[in-house]
Amino acid sequence: MLDEGGAAVPAPPALELRNIDKRFGAVHANRAVSFAAARGSIHGLIGENGAGKSTLMNIVYGFHRADDGEILVDGRRVDIGSPQDAIAAGIGMVHQHFMLVENFTVLENVVLGVEGGALLRGGLDRARGELEKLARDYGLEVPLDTVVAELPVGLQQRVEILKALYRRAEILILDEPTAVLTPQEAEQLFRMLRLLRDQGKTVVLVTHKLREIMAVTDRVTVMRQGAVVGEVATGTTSPRELAEKMVGRAVLLRVEKGPARPGETLLSVRDLEVRDRFDVARVRGVSFELRAGEIVGVAGVSGNGQSELLEALAGIRMPSRGGIILGGRDLVREQLDPRRRRALGLAHVPEDRLRMGVVTGFSAEDNTILGYHDRAAYNRGLLLNRPAIHAECEREMAAHDVRPALPGLRIAAFSGGNQQKLVLAREIDVDPRVLLIGQPTRGVDIGAIEFIHKKLIALRDAGKALLIVSVELEEILGLADRILVMNAGEIVGEVARADATEEKLGLMMAGVKGEGHA
Amino acid sequence: MNAPAKLPRWAELGLLPLVNLAAALLLSGVIVKVLGESPWAALKLLASGSLGSEENIGYTLYYATNFMFTGLAVAVAYHAGLFNIGGEGQAYVGGLGVGLVALWLGGRAPFLVVLPVAILGGAVFGAAWAFIPAWLQARRGSHIVITTIMFNFIGSALMTYLLVNVLIKPGQQSPETREFGATAFMPAASDLLAKAGIDFSPSPLNLAFVVALGAGALVWVLVWRTRWGYALRVAGQNQAAAVYAGISPPRIIVQSMLLSGALAGCLALNELMGSQHRILIDFPGGAGFVGIAVALMGRNHPAGIFLSAVLFGALAQGGSQLSFDMPKINRDMVVVIQGLVILFCGALENVMRAPLAAVFARLAGRREAEG
Repeated sequence: MLDEGGAAVPAPPALELRNIDKRFGAVHANRAVSFAAARGSIHGLIGENGAGKSTLMNIVYGFHRADDGEILVDGRRVDIGSPQDAIAAGIGMVHQHFMLVENFTVLENVVLGVEGGALLRGGLDRARGELEKLARDYGLEVPLDTVVAELPVGLQQRVEILKALYRRAEILILDEPTAVLTPQEAEQLFRMLRLLRDQGKTVVLVTHKLREIMAVTDRVTVMRQGAVVGEVATGTTSPRELAEKMVGRAVLLRVEKGPARPGETLLSVRDLEVRDRFDVARVRGVSFELRAGEIVGVAGVSGNGQSELLEALAGIRMPSRGGIILGGRDLVREQLDPRRRRALGLAHVPEDRLRMGVVTGFSAEDNTILGYHDRAAYNRGLLLNRPAIHAECEREMAAHDVRPALPGLRIAAFSGGNQQKLVLAREIDVDPRVLLIGQPTRGVDIGAIEFIHKKLIALRDAGKALLIVSVELEEILGLADRILVMNAGEIVGEVARADATEEKLGLMMAGVKGEGHA
Repeated sequence: MNAPAKLPRWAELGLLPLVNLAAALLLSGVIVKVLGESPWAALKLLASGSLGSEENIGYTLYYATNFMFTGLAVAVAYHAGLFNIGGEGQAYVGGLGVGLVALWLGGRAPFLVVLPVAILGGAVFGAAWAFIPAWLQARRGSHIVITTIMFNFIGSALMTYLLVNVLIKPGQQSPETREFGATAFMPAASDLLAKAGIDFSPSPLNLAFVVALGAGALVWVLVWRTRWGYALRVAGQNQAAAVYAGISPPRIIVQSMLLSGALAGCLALNELMGSQHRILIDFPGGAGFVGIAVALMGRNHPAGIFLSAVLFGALAQGGSQLSFDMPKINRDMVVVIQGLVILFCGALENVMRAPLAAVFARLAGRREAEG
């Protein structure tokens, strides 16, 4: 990268990491990682889950200390042992999960920790003036006196960026910033980042989305298994090349599938309303039908009722109104619990795998029977049939290429992709007629994504009805035959795959009503 | 952010508790020294007092029996994700069930009839006393830690009332019932062993010890080998996953607390039928609380609970010897030593874990470097 002995040495990089090494017990999270981001550039850091991106950035921000290696800011060595040190060195970080106090105003959140005195008043006034200037300079308008909880997610993220800038950050690290944004909000964010770059700030964008890297970065560093496997100028590379670098082999970015041949209606949902525990309607008057041999995708920004819809269909939440008809039976009127719904052929891969889909303290084989533990095949009289459970887990692992194929290993020790394969294997093993899938590939590496997508298409072609809820538009576009878009608990439109574009769906996700739907 | 440091399994289960115990004893030694006694002599007294003779071993195991019942009670609730602080009250009220059966059938029915009915009586009364907090937690969300503590007090007051006003043997001052009929006495270990031709000094150790071991085996099978135990552990570790799997957490809460209370309620088999032969005021004597420490130290596993129950039995027995022979160390100081063991083995467990893990990491590193 930099030739220190050269005569025409350019300005030193704003942020440089040299031979960063970090182990967590047996896991070698970062192997002699070197990285440099030039001043006034947007530098992408891409890699699969578990490639070591987050560890690296957490070292830069002082959450972890590297075992070895050094960090340089503007060519000067800095010792970063805490986020305070990082801030002092001019490094700011916007986390994937915002670190905001929800019931404070924007202004209070920004000055939190740098109030500048025991009394708030003076500090707040000074901060207000400075923030208004920052907002003007960088196009970061935010209502300063609004409580953060009342702001849309995109604006909350802006508050995080303001927080970093207010602390005089010259280097801004964003960790998976678009996970919670609509495509339009993401585009706004990118505009903001370009503006920041043009004013001389340095942006490090950590993501696993190739599209974003291509859209906004100047250079990109690719990590795999804790090491840097390449650094290129974004303009000279392609998504395919980056994906191959990330995974270490050629991958299919598009899902190959034939046309759907929808058959009879298997599941119909009528005027469904779901209320949360505060009695707020999260799903409002949703009706649709799901037919054999088709995949219906539910698109929407997270938090618009998709999760509640999925949970109501699976029997985890009881709707306050409406009907869910499966095989001629109304699941709502009969108040069937998830176990009895499974018996009727309704399987469910939950959105949040670690919270709901597996018991993290259990072994893989104990997770194989979650939800099915009273099936005759897994029991022998009063006792669980351990050998049968073990054999079943081994069989599922072999059929779904789960690695390592060790049924006794704790599920938490498997990668996200392998966990998801196990959950999917468990749910399709009983040959369900209807399969509900939330976030099929959240936290799943590219190699496993390919496998899972192929599996889902195969299920469709075998005549199953699939309902897929995903916040990844690309995934919906890749898999679904029909797309329902949800906003504020309602279905704002239905689009056939052939007519769907990212822009069109994005507008609908933002609440603009689509055509062809009352 | 920091996950607990990883240790090899044998070190996790064997070495770490021993290191913790050693640290607790070391600190106890300092206290003994400050009090002006010799720590070494105190330790020797503690050891000989608990394990030095057949009689002392008998006493140790007799106390351990109580702790096994209450420890198992805590463990079952723990696996369902509940912290049952009410073992004391459940054991006390369970004792009413055992005692009533013993008063009723003792002398009228043979022991082999009394025993199962008494077990049933203790289990039902103990379970009933756990049912109310369980129901309140399951249906009303009242925190079970609070309610079980309250029910310890309510149970204690109830038993005092019953013993003073209803069950008291007429014509005496102390609030206790008449003695059970002879067929409601648990056979003493010395008598049983004598029948098998083994000579063992008399002590309060009795058949209830075997019942406790049986209860431990039953708990193991139930929790780890049945579909009910599976549902229990799912609900205990991840409520959302339980709901997803069609397991009803409220139902598990009630069921597990019933079992927990039933186990605690069996304490009276040992304490009343085995030793006191009557119902008397405050007979659990804190065993319900010691059970919490026993379960904690025994990793909520029946085998571990057996071992830690024996340890606490030894502390109880050795401690009373200690206070007897070393006047400067009174009963309360023995409780302090017990407290230190609980502190180090339970609350401060992770304090020792990190340095121990570092030692192991260094050893592993050296081995790697040499290899």
